[in-house]
Amino acid sequence: MHIVVCIKQVPSSIAVKTDPATQALTCTGSDYLINPFDENALEAALVLKDSDKAKVTVLTIGAAQAADVLREALGRGADAAQFISDAAFDGSDAWATGKILAAAIQKLGDVNLVICGKQTFDGDTAQVGPSLAEFLGWPCVAFVRKIALEAGALKVERMYEEGFEKIALPLPAVLTVGKEINTPRMASLKGRMAAKKAQLAPITAAALGLAPETVGAQGARTRLAKMAPVPRKSGGIKVDGSDAAVAAKTVVDKLREMKLV
Amino acid sequence: MGVQYGFSEQQTEIRNTMREFAKERVIPARAELDEKEEFPHALLQELGKMDMMGLYIPSELSGFGGGSFDFCIAIEELSRICIGVSVSYAANALGSYPILLFGTDAQLKKYMPPIAKGEKYCAFGLTEANAGSDAGGIQTTAVLKGDKYILNGTKQWITNGGEADTYTIIAMTDKNKGARGASAFIVEKGFKGFSFGKKEKKLGIRCSATRELVFQDCEVPKENILAREGMGFIVAMKTLDTSRPGIAAQGVGLAQGALDEAVTYARTRVQFDKPIIANQAIQHMLANMATKTEAARALTYAAARTIDAEEKDVSKISAMCKLFATDVAMEVTTDAVQILGGYGYMREYPVEKMMRDAKILQIYEGTNQIQRNVIGAALIKEYASMK
Repeated sequence: MHIVVCIKQVPSSIAVKTDPATQALTCTGSDYLINPFDENALEAALVLKDSDKAKVTVLTIGAAQAADVLREALGRGADAAQFISDAAFDGSDAWATGKILAAAIQKLGDVNLVICGKQTFDGDTAQVGPSLAEFLGWPCVAFVRKIALEAGALKVERMYEEGFEKIALPLPAVLTVGKEINTPRMASLKGRMAAKKAQLAPITAAALGLAPETVGAQGARTRLAKMAPVPRKSGGIKVDGSDAAVAAKTVVDKLREMKLV
Repeated sequence: MGVQYGFSEQQTEIRNTMREFAKERVIPARAELDEKEEFPHALLQELGKMDMMGLYIPSELSGFGGGSFDFCIAIEELSRICIGVSVSYAANALGSYPILLFGTDAQLKKYMPPIAKGEKYCAFGLTEANAGSDAGGIQTTAVLKGDKYILNGTKQWITNGGEADTYTIIAMTDKNKGARGASAFIVEKGFKGFSFGKKEKKLGIRCSATRELVFQDCEVPKENILAREGMGFIVAMKTLDTSRPGIAAQGVGLAQGALDEAVTYARTRVQFDKPIIANQAIQHMLANMATKTEAARALTYAAARTIDAEEKDVSKISAMCKLFATDVAMEVTTDAVQILGGYGYMREYPVEKMMRDAKILQIYEGTNQIQRNVIGAALIKEYASMK
């Protein structure tokens, strides 16, 4: 059993700023961490490693400092890490990112299961997991809250706002998970010491057999037109309830005024 | 900040690992653990998985192979957030040192690996109702009958009592010889005739377990004696010499934690249209707190390094750091409550707990009066040998 976990380095929530001109997220000089849902994905893989003796490989795409998240993952118990880094990947959208990750997973050759966080803290698209599944041609279940491995196949629970679905699927497969699935462990001291020494040579587009124009900004199928902050919800109208009759009349008048009754 | 103590790469990693753990796991849990007086089992289990429970245990016994300095760094970081959790953690070392310092190969191999992995906890049993500072007053007896020692007596206020599986116990094998009649034993939970009293209610460190250990014709295999008959007092004293920098590190961490809270509060609390830190009266208090905390840290690290350098007699420096750092912790936590004023007195803020927790540091593992006795005796010996 070989499990791949895709992780991303994201700015910590406090440090995010937007460029006033382009509205793009600017992350220079801020603190970074592993995308929180990716931590759940890693933990889900490590739980399977503990119980089913799986091998866990973590992948990330990013600039030099993104290797930090791979070291953190190695410290927690991942067996191997792949640092995918090339200027040609800059500006990749969810489609191009899925393509790069799929190429890296295919190159590994013996992967049975891919687990991703359901979405990232910064891009927030929730598209990368399903996108790489499409490139691999593997079944994908998103928003998983429980994973069981039975007789070489998966039984998972997919979350909905009001309930869940039980789904059985064969391997190989791609799953995306949320925070409901587990509490991520912290890295051990020996793990951290070993991870510091890990050699993480960048894997380039050429090494993955990807033509530069098919990935990055050139290969992206979507373009960010505009970004804007989410408008704050108004606080609503508060009705003084000390006199029930007055309060009821106020509410009914208001509903009539809004032509709702 | 900014003071260089010459940490190795490993020590920086130990500090960061424990700092992150304390922040992520202990901060959200500490108030509730204190309120419910609940033993921090889940936290210790996680520390076991993170290699921290075996930090001070040699690697051939499944530990991490760290020294006294390494261990002090870990204790300091945990203590910065919660002394109740840190004493439950560090008391394992206190219980283990008699085995590590005096155990045979067979004893080491049998008892240390599960403690190193966090699978079992450990505790040290010296104190009794009439034997606190005066360890010579021990009344628990151990009598050899065939291939077993039969223990009778009661140990009091034993940290990790009831939670631990492995106990190192000091008992009298020959009452007529005084201190030279004491011996040390490894006693397992579950040995016939070994039971526990109720969990004590305390001023502070409330999540830690403090219980009586009751021995009623308790049968201990002959091979569980540490060193040999009559060595019990030496086992206890060497253990305490080794463990005291850990208590000092608790003081340093606690003082730092209280300083963190006091400065953070003083920067944001506005009175008379300015943050209270703008007042010289507050600044001078904080300056004293910070200076004393740093001095305590430097002395504690110096003691830990001296132990790691395998200096023969560490009693004096070990007592000095325990005395100084824990007096500093009491003072700094008290001042932190003062700076937070009414808020500091309320349980919503962590400093009232810090002040309650600080007091025990001046009492356990030898009161600070006893530490002064140790230092005084060392001075007399030192200067007498100089002429």
